[in-house]
Amino acid sequence: MISFILMVVASLFISGIIVRTKSVTSGRKGPCIMQPMKDIVRLWKKGSVYSNTTSWVFRIAPTIYFSSILMAMSMLPLGESPGLFSFNGDFVFFAYVLATGKFFNIIAALDTGSSFEGMGASREALFSMLAEPAFFILMGSLGLLTGFTSFNSIFQALHFGSYITYALGIIATFILLMLTMIENSRMPIDDPKTHLELTMIHEVMILDNSGFDLGLIFQATNLKFALYGTLIVNMFLGNLPLYATIPLFLAIQILFGISIGLIESFMARYRMSHNAQFILILSSLSILVLFSVLMLLGKFNS
Amino acid sequence: MHAITIKNYERIVFASIPTLPYEQFVPVILEELMVNDACHCINYFGYPHDGKIQLICCIANDNEHTIHVTSTITMHGATFPSLTAHRLSFHFFEREIHEQFGIQFTDHPWLKPVRYAYNRADEQQTIANYPFYSIDSEELHEVGVGPIHAGIIEPGHFRFLCNGEQILHLEIQLGYQHRGMEQLFLDKTMLLQRATLAENIAGDTVIGHASTFARTWESLCDTMATPSLQFERALALEHERIAIHTGDLSAMCTDLAYQLGSSVFGRLRTPIINYFQEWAGNRFAKGLIRPGKTNFPFSPSLSKRWHEVIDAFEPDFIEMYDTLSDLPSALSRMEKTGIVNRETASTIGMVGMAARASGLKRDIRSSHPEGWTNITHQPIIKKHGDVFSRVQIRKEEVLQSIGYIKQILEYLPDTNDPILEMQNPKPNSFVIGLTEGWRGEICHCAITDETGNLQLYKIKDPSVHNWLALALSVRNNEISDFPICNKSFDLSYCGNDL
Repeated sequence: MISFILMVVASLFISGIIVRTKSVTSGRKGPCIMQPMKDIVRLWKKGSVYSNTTSWVFRIAPTIYFSSILMAMSMLPLGESPGLFSFNGDFVFFAYVLATGKFFNIIAALDTGSSFEGMGASREALFSMLAEPAFFILMGSLGLLTGFTSFNSIFQALHFGSYITYALGIIATFILLMLTMIENSRMPIDDPKTHLELTMIHEVMILDNSGFDLGLIFQATNLKFALYGTLIVNMFLGNLPLYATIPLFLAIQILFGISIGLIESFMARYRMSHNAQFILILSSLSILVLFSVLMLLGKFNS
Repeated sequence: MHAITIKNYERIVFASIPTLPYEQFVPVILEELMVNDACHCINYFGYPHDGKIQLICCIANDNEHTIHVTSTITMHGATFPSLTAHRLSFHFFEREIHEQFGIQFTDHPWLKPVRYAYNRADEQQTIANYPFYSIDSEELHEVGVGPIHAGIIEPGHFRFLCNGEQILHLEIQLGYQHRGMEQLFLDKTMLLQRATLAENIAGDTVIGHASTFARTWESLCDTMATPSLQFERALALEHERIAIHTGDLSAMCTDLAYQLGSSVFGRLRTPIINYFQEWAGNRFAKGLIRPGKTNFPFSPSLSKRWHEVIDAFEPDFIEMYDTLSDLPSALSRMEKTGIVNRETASTIGMVGMAARASGLKRDIRSSHPEGWTNITHQPIIKKHGDVFSRVQIRKEEVLQSIGYIKQILEYLPDTNDPILEMQNPKPNSFVIGLTEGWRGEICHCAITDETGNLQLYKIKDPSVHNWLALALSVRNNEISDFPICNKSFDLSYCGNDL
């Protein structure tokens, strides 16, 4: 329960921190931290406009997308306090609940019949597909290490044993940070600030969304940031008491936002054809985690 | 004599342009005038008079610093074999002639409308039924972009034929910005109106077009601009080059999604264009250039101020450029993207900065220098013709222009010259003028009748030549790299559409 509430809180300011960081690094003052959230609230007060060529798929997709994120959030624990529900194999459910949301987003983009949105949908589908093995190999390795298959048990059991697991946590952090960038279509995979449809991935898929629906999609993105941030936090928390986990959670979320802002300020977006290679590198890093786990467990001796 | 040979901005009697039959006109152009790579068509247009149409073709010879002019007389709706079939660089001019006068060029491969003027020959041709090149295939898909630009700059429609992410073909359809510029030059009879029109041919090349007009007009009136006027125009032209090139570098960083470059180059552009504000009261230098006079004479205090602006600008500019050119993620986007090789550049008749980035030496400042010429200009040439070459050439031209202005300021002539008495244009005259704007060669051409009234004012922005280069450069590139290719050329829509 506590993790769910904290994620909602973090989602309120995380994109504000990214925007603010980017403003400061380019020598501008930047908007208030809460400005992106205020924009979302403004959008929520509006109605949506639907094109005549779209069907019910397009109307229902933003809601499904948003609720898939809420569902995924409810499975994540925070240190000792478990998520809203937890069961064996919930990290598989977690990944595919998110995938369902994305699937609806993609078919909604195809539903509009626009060539831009079709292009964006195909890119998003490709990059998500390539990113999937990285997540599963990582979580699977941790499952192997701990002998559990639910988030709650894995994260609690992770740091009994040896300090090497913290090293694994660092690799996992990098993988998760990059997965966040891919899943949220941020730099260096995608440029969320561009106005050029031809280079967009995620932004071009939501060109036809407006008003309340657009607000839902934006807030879903914020929640997704908090979601991945929470995964990272969990890599390090172990069994810390609650009064330590909450400030640590917030601090790591803020750091997370700042580091995304810095990455986006000081590098150019990758060439689209290089993205696939880059994403596959994450899978090979995950395999590195797998091998480390196998070594820790002594599986190579026989 | 098959063609008359003149110098840049030289006034000649219109009747002295030879008139050849079309059967002779084509071989003369192809075999006698366009003998080598240094010869290129700077303008080819129809001049309607006495119920007939005179097609006037101007070929510049860069090696001999001359312009050859020849012509042929024909009628509305005539049918001819085309020059484009032999030299692709004529494709735009023949399309324009076809649109205006209904002349059919039988073996022209791409005889499509250019700008849908209200007085076009074929009213059936409308912007809504433009004949796009299309392909019937299950695998390929078409992507249409525009006419509203994503950055809401100027309208133009881009039709891509793609195989997945790869562009196979791009067709660019322009004409949305047509304002009837050439006709307005004839309708508006006051000199001030015409000078203002010239400033607005292309909003990013104010000095380029305004000074070409001013100089063409002075030639038409047989007036010679005073040394101080020429000095000011040369200075303003180079200063405009610095401003626009810097702004383009900023915009290219934006398209790379490189925020630091985008904001730093953007900041650097501001003091440069603000200098025009201090000088002429307008950041884009509107009102600075007037035929035969200036309302904003240059002064030693402005010279001092220029040095202050540039002393602050230059180190930051170099530092930012070095950071950009050392950044792996930026280089991987720019290198080997949007390549136009030298052969293509020459075939399609590219001009200006983009042509020089492809290794083609096209620079009016060295081939047809005019006016203030204490400087021996050495054009900067790049070899690869990719996006990065066009970034490099911008940086080097900015530094070169700074050097030139410094030289110009050393030879600051006395600005207290008497104001020229502008006379009326001489009757029966023909003047063709070339200026190297920041984008490339600007060509204006004026013809007067027996009373000295303007009968034709023909404008050619360098974009006309280079739009095709953009279309060819993106072939086999990724569609997501199109914006960066487009920005690296930075062509004018309204300069093309007039």
